[in-house]
Amino acid sequence: VIAAAAIAVALPFLAAFAGMLLGRKVPASMIAVVPMAAATILTGIVALDQWSRARTVTGVLTQVPTGSVHIGLSLEIDGLAAVVAFMVCCVALAVQVYSVAYMKDDPRYSSYAAFVSLFTSAMLLVVLSGDLLVLYVGWEVMGVCSYFLIGHHWEDRANSRAAVKAFLVTRVGDVGFLFGIFVLGVGVKSFDIATVVAHAPDLPRTTLTAGTLLLLAGVAGKSAQFPLHTWLPDAMAGPTPISALIHAATMVAAGIYVVAKLYPAFEAAPTTLAVLGVIAAISMLGAALAALAQDDLKRVLAYSTISQLGYMAAGLAVGTRDGAVFHLLTHGAFKALLFLAAGCVIVATGTNLMSAMGGLRHAMPVTFVSMTIGFAALAGAPPASGFFSKDTILSQAWRAVHPKHSAGTPALPSWVAWLVFGTALFTVAVTAAYATRAWLLTFFGEQRSDHQATEASPLMRWPVVALAVPALILGFFGLGSGQLRPELGMTIVSLAVAVAGGGGVYLIWNNDPALDPARMLGPARAVFREGFYVDAVYAALIVAPVRALATGVARADETIIDAAVEGTGHGARSLGGLARRSVNGNPQAYLTGVLAGVAVIAIVAVALS
Amino acid sequence: MILIAMLAVPFAGALLMLLNLKNAAVIGTAISAVTLGLAVAAAAGFDYDTPRRMQLGVNVPWAATIKLRFHLGIDGISLPLILLTALLTLLCMIYALRTGPSSAAFIGLVLLLEVGMLGTFVALDLLLFFVFFEVVLIPMYFVIGIWGGPGRRAAATKFILYTLLGSGVLLVGLLLVGLKAGTLDMVTLASRHGSGLSHGVQVTAFALIALGFAVKTPMWPLHTWLPDAHTEAPTVGSVLLAGVLLKMGTYGLIRIAVPLAPEGARVWAPYLGLLGVIGLVYGALACLAQRDLKRMIAYSSVGHMGFVLLGIATLTPTGLNAALFANIAHGLITGLLFFLAGSIKDRYGTGDLDTLGGGMLTKLPRLAAILTFAAVASLGLPGLAGFWGEMLALLGAYQPGHGLPRTAFITFMAVGGLGAVLTAAYFLRLLAKITHGPVAERWQAIRLADVTTYELIAWTPLITATLVVGLWPKLLLSLTDQAVRGLLGGG
Repeated sequence: VIAAAAIAVALPFLAAFAGMLLGRKVPASMIAVVPMAAATILTGIVALDQWSRARTVTGVLTQVPTGSVHIGLSLEIDGLAAVVAFMVCCVALAVQVYSVAYMKDDPRYSSYAAFVSLFTSAMLLVVLSGDLLVLYVGWEVMGVCSYFLIGHHWEDRANSRAAVKAFLVTRVGDVGFLFGIFVLGVGVKSFDIATVVAHAPDLPRTTLTAGTLLLLAGVAGKSAQFPLHTWLPDAMAGPTPISALIHAATMVAAGIYVVAKLYPAFEAAPTTLAVLGVIAAISMLGAALAALAQDDLKRVLAYSTISQLGYMAAGLAVGTRDGAVFHLLTHGAFKALLFLAAGCVIVATGTNLMSAMGGLRHAMPVTFVSMTIGFAALAGAPPASGFFSKDTILSQAWRAVHPKHSAGTPALPSWVAWLVFGTALFTVAVTAAYATRAWLLTFFGEQRSDHQATEASPLMRWPVVALAVPALILGFFGLGSGQLRPELGMTIVSLAVAVAGGGGVYLIWNNDPALDPARMLGPARAVFREGFYVDAVYAALIVAPVRALATGVARADETIIDAAVEGTGHGARSLGGLARRSVNGNPQAYLTGVLAGVAVIAIVAVALS
Repeated sequence: MILIAMLAVPFAGALLMLLNLKNAAVIGTAISAVTLGLAVAAAAGFDYDTPRRMQLGVNVPWAATIKLRFHLGIDGISLPLILLTALLTLLCMIYALRTGPSSAAFIGLVLLLEVGMLGTFVALDLLLFFVFFEVVLIPMYFVIGIWGGPGRRAAATKFILYTLLGSGVLLVGLLLVGLKAGTLDMVTLASRHGSGLSHGVQVTAFALIALGFAVKTPMWPLHTWLPDAHTEAPTVGSVLLAGVLLKMGTYGLIRIAVPLAPEGARVWAPYLGLLGVIGLVYGALACLAQRDLKRMIAYSSVGHMGFVLLGIATLTPTGLNAALFANIAHGLITGLLFFLAGSIKDRYGTGDLDTLGGGMLTKLPRLAAILTFAAVASLGLPGLAGFWGEMLALLGAYQPGHGLPRTAFITFMAVGGLGAVLTAAYFLRLLAKITHGPVAERWQAIRLADVTTYELIAWTPLITATLVVGLWPKLLLSLTDQAVRGLLGGG
C-alpha cells in the first residue's frame, strides 16, 4: 500500500520532468494524462484498502539529520489521507483530460501540462507525507506551481501581477506555517506527524497555542481565508482548468486538510479554534457578499470558493472534523464541475462577463444541466451533495452554541459560537442568492451578445459530466455515518433560509430579466464588487511602505555606508598627502629637520638630567 | 598526497601560462578538468563513515623555526566546498572557451585563483591558511581590474584595499591565538575547544578573526565592496567571487573562529546574528530597488550570506549545518545566476532592467526559463538547494546554543522569515520585469541567439546539482552533521 502511494506521488512528478524535457518530441498530452490516470488508479486502490480496513500505515525511506530534530522522508496513510488523495487525483485527471482540448492551440501546452502534473504531485505529497517538513516541501512547491500556472499567459502584465501576488501572499502565511512547524516539532522533539498529533496536546498551553496559531497563518494563506484571501480572486487570470485545479482539489484544500490532519493539536488549543472561527465567519460572509456583486463568472466562483472554505474552517472551529472533510470532498467535486463548465461557457461565448451571456440553456444543454447540478450543490439544495455536508456543519455549529447539552464540542467562547452559527446561517441565504443570480444570468433570459454558442468538444464535455455524478450523489455517502446525517430541524431552517435568498433573487430577476438583480444592492454594490477594498488597504499599508523603504535602503547604501567607506579612503589619501608634504625632495629642508631634531633631543636630554 | 596534487596541477598550469601559449583556454579547461578529477578522486577516497575525522592528510614541517607546518586534510565540512570550487572553475573555463576572455594571462590568473581557493579549504595550519587566503586576492584584483567593465579600476581598488584591511585584522587575530596557545595547528587547536586560552584572549581573538572574515563574507555593514566588484567583474570573475570567494569568509568563521575561541564566540554571537539578519533584510530591500541585473544579484548575496551568518551565530549543530548547506547552495545557484546575468549582458549589451524591458520568455525562451529556475531556486523553494540552508538557519535560531539569549534569537528568526518573503518579492519582481510581458520595441527587430551549447554545458551541472541537493539534502547533511558536532565539542 505504501508503495502504491509512493508511486502515486512520484508518477506525476516524473511526468512533470518528462514533460519539461521532452515536451516537443513526445505528445505532451500523453505524458500528462497517462501517469495521472495511473496515479488515480493507485490512490483508488489505497482508498479501497483503507475503506476495507481502516488503519494507519507508515513507510519511512530515510532519516535526514539536521543537527537537532531529524527530518523523516516518510509517508503516512490513514482514512483521511487516502480519501483526499483519491479526490485530488480524480479532479486532477479530469483537469488534465479537459486541458487537452481547452489548451490545444496553446504553444506552451507542454510546460502547462508539466506544471499541472507537478502541482498534483506536490498536493499528493502534502496529503500523504508523514513528516511535517516534507509536507512543507509539497506545500511550497504548490505555491510556485500556482505562480507559474496563474501566470501562464504572461504576455499580459496583469496576469504576471496576479501570479506574483498569489505567490507572495501565500508565502507570507507560509513563513508563519514554517515557524508553527518549528514550535510544535521542537516541542515534541519530532517532525513526525503521528508523533506530533500524539504528543502536541501535552505541550504547555502557550506553546501549543503559539504553534497552532502560526500554522493557522499558513492555512489562511493557502486556503484563502481572511486576511490572506486577496490572491484568490485575482488568480482567475490563469486558464480556467487551473482555477478548477486550484480551487477544488489542490492548494486551497491543503489548508483545511492540514488542520484536519493535525486536529487533536488544534482541539487542545481552544484559543486557536476561536480565532479560526472568527476568520471563518468573516471569510464566509464577506466573500459571499462579494460574490453577489461580481460580473465576471469566474470571479463569482472564486469568491464562492473563499466562502465555502470558510464553511470548512467553521466546521473545524466548532468541532466537526468529519463534517469539514465531508464538505471538502463535496466541494472538490462541485467546484471542479462549476469551473470546468464555466470554461465551456467561456470558450463558447468568448467572454467571462455574465452581462454578455444569457440564454445559453438552449445552445449548451449538457453544460446547462451539469452546471445546474453544480449550482444546486453550491447553494445547498437537496439532494445535491453540498446540502448534506453544509447541514452537518450547521448542525454542529448549533450544538457549539449550547455546549452543555452536547458532548464533543470544543470550549469556544459563546460569542464566537454564536458568530459562527449566525454568519453560517445568513451565508446560506447569500449563497443561494448569488448562485441563483449567476445561474439565471448565464443560462436564462435573452442572449445579450451576438456569439454563436455551441456545446464544447467531447474532451471538455465528458470530464464535466463525469464530475456531475459525484457532485450530485456524494452527499448520500454521509448517510452511513451518524455524524454526517442531516438533522431534520436544521434542514428545515436552512432550506427556508436558502429558499428565501434564492427566491428573492428570482423575484427581482423575474421583474426584468434583462437587468442584473445585483442592482438592488444599491451603493453597497460597488463595495462588494471591490471585495471591501481590502486590496487597496494592503496596497497603501504594506506595498507602498515596503517600496519606499527599499528605495531608501538603496539610496542609503550609497550615500551613507559606502560613502563612509570611500570617505575613509579619501581620508587616508589626504592624510598621506599631508605626510607627503615633508617629503618634498629639498635637501635643505631635510637637513634643517635633522638639525632641529637633534636640538630637541639635546634639550630634552639636558632637561631630564 | 592527492590533495597536494590537486593544488599542484592548477599551480603548474598557471606557470605554464607564463609561456603565453596559443590555446590557453583549451589547456586551461583541460587542467581544471584534471583538477576536478583529482577532487572527485579525493571524494572517492573519503571515508564517509567518519566525516568528522581529517582525512587524506599531509603534515610535514615547513618553517620549523616559527613552528609552521604544511598541514593539509579534508573532512565533511571541506569536502563539498572543494568539489564546488573545482567544479565552478571548470565550468568557468568552459564558458570562457566560447565567450572569453581567453588570453593566457587570464587563464593563468584563474588557475592561480583556483590554487588559492582550494588551498584555503584544505589548509590546517593557521598561517598556511592565511597564505592561501591571501593568494586569492591578487589574481582576483587583476581579473576585475583588467577584464572588468567601465568602472573596473575603482572597483578593483576598492575590492583589494577593503579585503586586505580585513586580512590585516584577521592575521593579528590568528597570530594572537597562535602565540597564546603555542601552536598553529588547526586540528589541535580545535580539539582543545578553547582550553588554554583565557576569556579575554578568546573574546579579542574572536572579534579580530570574525571581523576579518566578515569583510570577506560580506557582513552588513562591511559589504559595500561587493556590489561594485560584482557589477564590474567579467562573468567568470563574478561567478568565482560569488560562488567561492564569499564562502571562504563563512568557512573561516566555522573552521577557525568558532572552534578556536568558543567563549569569544558566545560573547559575540548575538551581535553576529543581529548583523546577519540586518544584512538579510537590508540586502533584500536593496534588491527590490535595484535597476541593474548584476548589482541586484550582488545584493542578493548580501541577503543570502545573512542567513549563513545567522546560522553560524546560533552556535548549534543545526545552525552550522545550515550555514554550510547554504554556502554550497549559494555557490551553485548564485554562480548560475551570474552566468545568466553575463549571458544576458552579452546579448543585450546592457544589464539595466528597464532597458531590457520584458518578454524574454518570448525572445529567448530557454535562457529565460533557466533564469526562472535559478531565481526560484535562489528564493528558497523547498525541493531545490536554496531551501534547506535557510530553513535550518531559522530552525537553529529557534533553539540557539547554551548561554545565548533565546528571545533575541527568536526575534532574529521572525525577522529572517520576513527577509524570506522579501527575497521572494525581489526575485519575482525581476522575473516579472524582464521575462514576462511583451517584448520591448527596441529589441523586436534585433535577432538574439538563445542558449548556446557551451553555455548549456557550463550550466547543466549547476542545475542538476541544485536539484539533486535539493531533493536529497541528506547528501550534504550526513557529511557535515558529524563534523560540526566535533567542532562544537558535542557528541
